[in-house]
Amino acid sequence: MSSGHHTADIQSHIKVYMTVFAALAALTIITVAASYMDLSTGEAIFLALTIASVKGSLVASYFMHLISERALITWILMLTAGFFFVLMFIPMASFIDQAQVG
Amino acid sequence: MDIPYTVEERPDTGLFNAKLGVWLFLASEVMLFGGLFSAYVFLRYGAPVGAFHEWGQELNIPLATLNTLILISSSVTMVMSWASLKLNDFKKYKLYMGLTLLCALGFLIIKYIEYTAKFDHHIYPSTNTFYAIYFTLTGLHGLHIIGGMIVLYYFWIPGSKMWESKPEQFTNRIEIAGLYWHFVDLVWIFLFPVLYLL
Amino acid sequence: MGAPTHHEVSFYRKYIWSTDHKIIGLQYGITALIFLLVGFLLMMIMRWQLAYPESAVPLVGSIFGEDGMLLPEIYNSLGAMHGTIMIFLGIVPLAVGAFGNYIVPLQIGAPDMAFPKINAASYWCYFVGGVVMMSSFFTAEGAARSGWTSYPPLADFEVGQTMWLIGMIFLITSSLLGSINFITTIIQLRAPGLTWMRLPFFVWAQFVTSFLLVLAFPPLEAAAVLQLMDRVAGTSFFLPSGLVVSGEVLGVSGGGSPLLWQHLFWFLAHPEVYVLILPAMGIIAEVIANNTRKPLWGYNSLVFAVVFLGFMSFIVWAHHMFITGMGTTMSAFFQTTTMIISIPSIIILSAFFISLWGASIRFNTPMLFALAFLPMFGIGGLTGLPLGFAAADIYLHDTYYVIGHFHYVVAPGTIFGLFAGIYYWYPKITGRKMSELLGKLHFWPSLIFMNGVFMPMFIQGLAGVSRRLWDGGLEYAHASGVLHWNEFMSISAWLLGLAQLPFIFNIFYSLKRGEKVDKNPWGATTLEWTAPSPPLPHVNFEKIPEVHRVAYEYSVPGRKRDFTPQTEPKKG
Repeated sequence: MSSGHHTADIQSHIKVYMTVFAALAALTIITVAASYMDLSTGEAIFLALTIASVKGSLVASYFMHLISERALITWILMLTAGFFFVLMFIPMASFIDQAQVG
Repeated sequence: MDIPYTVEERPDTGLFNAKLGVWLFLASEVMLFGGLFSAYVFLRYGAPVGAFHEWGQELNIPLATLNTLILISSSVTMVMSWASLKLNDFKKYKLYMGLTLLCALGFLIIKYIEYTAKFDHHIYPSTNTFYAIYFTLTGLHGLHIIGGMIVLYYFWIPGSKMWESKPEQFTNRIEIAGLYWHFVDLVWIFLFPVLYLL
Repeated sequence: MGAPTHHEVSFYRKYIWSTDHKIIGLQYGITALIFLLVGFLLMMIMRWQLAYPESAVPLVGSIFGEDGMLLPEIYNSLGAMHGTIMIFLGIVPLAVGAFGNYIVPLQIGAPDMAFPKINAASYWCYFVGGVVMMSSFFTAEGAARSGWTSYPPLADFEVGQTMWLIGMIFLITSSLLGSINFITTIIQLRAPGLTWMRLPFFVWAQFVTSFLLVLAFPPLEAAAVLQLMDRVAGTSFFLPSGLVVSGEVLGVSGGGSPLLWQHLFWFLAHPEVYVLILPAMGIIAEVIANNTRKPLWGYNSLVFAVVFLGFMSFIVWAHHMFITGMGTTMSAFFQTTTMIISIPSIIILSAFFISLWGASIRFNTPMLFALAFLPMFGIGGLTGLPLGFAAADIYLHDTYYVIGHFHYVVAPGTIFGLFAGIYYWYPKITGRKMSELLGKLHFWPSLIFMNGVFMPMFIQGLAGVSRRLWDGGLEYAHASGVLHWNEFMSISAWLLGLAQLPFIFNIFYSLKRGEKVDKNPWGATTLEWTAPSPPLPHVNFEKIPEVHRVAYEYSVPGRKRDFTPQTEPKKG
């Protein structure tokens, strides 16, 4: 039984879900519109990933209830995120580092 | 004796077993898609400057945007189906779960349209590294959608009988299934801009 | 909670699709031991070739061609499959699947794992993966032959690789299901009073191991999918542009990179080596505490070290890639993290050594293997240091030195730990002790011949003999001075094989003739020894234990017995 989810709680949650839905839809339109702007590649990547991160955080925090979830889960996810970033950046970094040699 | 904390939460962790289990599974999935995203980064770096952006121009942004909105909607209907159970409204649960499945089906149909359009234009995974990673990432994501649909269908029809005998455990299962489903949505939230917009 | 319900279960539900962690643990154990034997046999065949390069292999030679000679392709296949089978079908399923499954729920006072059905599924997934891997030998193309490391571009074309990739996907899935189960079980199902710092070190080791598996395996699964795509869908994930194969430019799009495979592969494969060693270290901890009749020295340090080790293991992987033309920044980074990771290993080994000081050592078979582990793992670990230095590694990479290093850690390292565990927990599992005489007949020759096989490899490696050479280096002038060691190593290997016979016999013999024991034949403190031998089906304990003490209260002054079980209440 999930903790403390009474009827009134759930009703207020539903309001939140709808708000988040609207925000996600809006951010989707924004990110598509932004892609037509004249930005450098680096700027475009930064903007797209930032918007995606906001959208992702909304899904995780509210639909997946992470915002009220136990600390243990958040710790596991932070650990995972850490290694995820290692996997993203280190191979790329070694590619760049290598290119400089020869 | 039964396994403890299958339904009720363990006091010091505040979790029931399946919730911890599914989050660990999702952590592994982050690393799985992470491996593929890492490949994307590496391959993009290795390609001629601007090549990935150029090759990506062939992709259909309007269709994919529609798909993004469809998947986000399915996430809302999914969480609403769980909320309905918490409010003891089994009929609403069936409605929202059905809508979730409908959205998922719509997503797959659009994907099918996209893929066949590519093949008609002789664009395949073997065409270049961009399309190789595009088809692999979206393909694996699609497989996750299909897998999710199978589980959700089970909970929609055959498995929904559990509501009558063990409503709390059934509600927990829907929450767990929902977590998986939201994750699949989350992956797409990153896939969409990376593949289609950059 | 009351008396366990008795209901008629079919043979199928009791022994085939069982959800009891003890049965599943035994399924894993038996399957893994058979695979270890198979992997060992493959190596014994290879070692004939190395000892006597131009002569027919006896007994099995007829399989390899008319004149019974080991063709280079066959040698490469045996090599690739030896590594694959030993690591993925043998050691990890035994260390984690068997020992972990059987012992962890017992040591934490739980009736079973958190997800018993998923547990059964993980075993059968492993089984299917094993069948796929082994059946590859019988396909027209034969088994994989690109090394267990499956580097492209070779692995993108070579025969046998598709089955290997499919087999790996099953094995990785099995591993993921298992590790999720372990982590949830250890967090959620600890008995009342069993706080984190009261856990036996074996449980900590399995806990960290499971984190390594759950987070490190998926990138390899991703890479396996990519390599499969290269093989069947014509993609160029790992194929660079302009690649020439057999004199012709390859008709693929190109643009890919073999280095991408190496990064994704080693991202898993480095943590994998810690998966190989940690459960064994856990076993050694249990056996040493029990047979020194003293608490383990430095429990807190051990816990800190194993957690730190687990974390560090994710950021050292490219020390396997020093010779890929890496720049100085990245090689400095990886060299640094690699040096740092040696520290927790040293802490753990030192704690074990110090635990012997002032001890009343019982030299039974499990303890003999545990004691031997210490210097053997020491050699393995120390020989890793030159490999961790980028400059030295340039010379030593892909030589026999590496083979010597990692075999010391896994063979007289992990495998000795696993042997110790089998002798130690056999009484709990079967209700009988294994024969001490046969145990010693197993131990002493094994120790001697392990060193006979692997010590000369350092000599050959330092002389520059490359690994994976089907003729053992015969064609290279720089190897000529050290090739005579090949025969010595091969004979040691075959004698090592013979030394396992008393062990195999002992397992079966003791089932019927072993000394019968009660709950706690070794006078141990941890929870598994409060359950019957064997523990009750499905529930393990007559009633759920309550824990009042830390894990290793041995020889506490002023007490009657030289051990105090964790369940014994504190007075007052």
